[in-house]
Amino acid sequence: MTESRMKGFLRSDGRKGIRNVVAVAYLVECAHHVSRLIVQKSGADDVHLIGFPGCYPNKYSLEMMERLCTHPNVGAVLLVSLGCEGFNREHLRKTILASGRPVQLLVIQQSGGTTRTLNAGLDVVRKMRAELATQTPVPMALNELVVGTVCGGSDGTSGITANPAVGRCFDWLIENDAACIFEETGELIGCERIMASRAITPALGAEIEACVEKAANYYRIMGYGSFAPGNAEGGLTTLEEKSMGAYSKSGSSPISGLIKPGDVPPRGGLYLLDVVPDGEPRFGFPNISDNAEIVELIACGSHLILFTTGRGSVVGSAISPVIKICANPDTYDRMADDMDVNAGRILQGAELDEVGREIFELVQSVAGGALSKSEALGHQEFILTYKQFEPIGPACLPAA
Amino acid sequence: MSASDANGRLPPLLLLHPDDNILVARRDITKGERVEIDGENVVMPAAVELGHKLARRALEPDTRVFKYGAPIGSMRVAVARGEHVHLHNLRSDYIPSTSREMGPASSTDEGGH
Repeated sequence: MTESRMKGFLRSDGRKGIRNVVAVAYLVECAHHVSRLIVQKSGADDVHLIGFPGCYPNKYSLEMMERLCTHPNVGAVLLVSLGCEGFNREHLRKTILASGRPVQLLVIQQSGGTTRTLNAGLDVVRKMRAELATQTPVPMALNELVVGTVCGGSDGTSGITANPAVGRCFDWLIENDAACIFEETGELIGCERIMASRAITPALGAEIEACVEKAANYYRIMGYGSFAPGNAEGGLTTLEEKSMGAYSKSGSSPISGLIKPGDVPPRGGLYLLDVVPDGEPRFGFPNISDNAEIVELIACGSHLILFTTGRGSVVGSAISPVIKICANPDTYDRMADDMDVNAGRILQGAELDEVGREIFELVQSVAGGALSKSEALGHQEFILTYKQFEPIGPACLPAA
Repeated sequence: MSASDANGRLPPLLLLHPDDNILVARRDITKGERVEIDGENVVMPAAVELGHKLARRALEPDTRVFKYGAPIGSMRVAVARGEHVHLHNLRSDYIPSTSREMGPASSTDEGGH
């Protein structure tokens, strides 16, 4: 029925990408500027900047960079290293090479500094783009799609309009065997029992309750819940109130699994992504801004992101398109240029299903190549910081 | 949710779940405006902005507040029907909320402001 509208670039692991991006990745902050210059001077919208700023090695950031550089939306990768940082650049390069993607590594200290590395990088990117231009997309079905959702700048309208409308869209995507991911257990504090009751096995339900408890403990130690001043100005009073609103993005499907950043859903269904680090708090806040959550959803294979906002956000992302769904009709009037969907009209009498259907259709047209608003405006935000995780337990992904 | 009155206007207050003891403003509501709460006329004691909450009935201190049919915290102090329910009178039962002025709310500011 809708299959023909979506198309993707077939990768060696069988996944399909709805974009064919050249990723330029800095492997330490010291290589950030040169990488940014390569992206800017390439003058191409499909060359995206990603990277990790730290000098000390970290298992999480290496795995995240592996997942991101072999994401189905990425066609080729240029790695830019300063030369002395701890990041295991050879391991990353080999992982990308093994995925069948073109990959090049430039080491600034060996290339001879900023200008020489820039010129070499521009040459590499030009050749990579020429190679990607010869690839032909193939038809793609909904059961090959992974969609993530995140809310940012929530207010008192979010849980009434945009979030439940995304929930409807999720239900229809999952009916068609797509994989859908919702996240941020720290923003689901208070919903743990309801979520556990939706798990496909009792053992998964227990894992879900435990991971929300972990989040509550983590945030308590940090001294702040995941609750910004703007949330309060928009009418939200407590963390659990914000949670209930955020929770409605998940729709009404059973919860098929609990995953961590970088885990790709094994099949269609609804998945909860646990982004709160394991162990004692070490590296700071779990989600220092919305884009950190978006990057983790993308590392789990999300082809595109449904971003709901009440106060108004403008962000997009590197690698995967972000579709902006505005919950608040006043915010929509002020920021319509940035918003793909006006879900605030539900407050003025529109039906939830009608808005949910609009999002469902938009997912398919953006997956077919149409640009989302944030994409067209050039938003390619990206952030990746230190974290630490243990692998998920055996109960987290029950067999189908 | 979208049932309108005889003049085709949508009511300014939303009841999200029958168990709720708060209502949500569908639009900005002005001080002194007459609104209907459970069939009775109430004069708004203060302005309430779009997306904010007000009390569906009088609430005593420590009363659990319900929205979407789910508990979202407990009252710090008593409020009358129609009063704005927010940071100054409602507290989290999990982790205190923060604002730009006060940083993390501590148990010492329980009296509100």
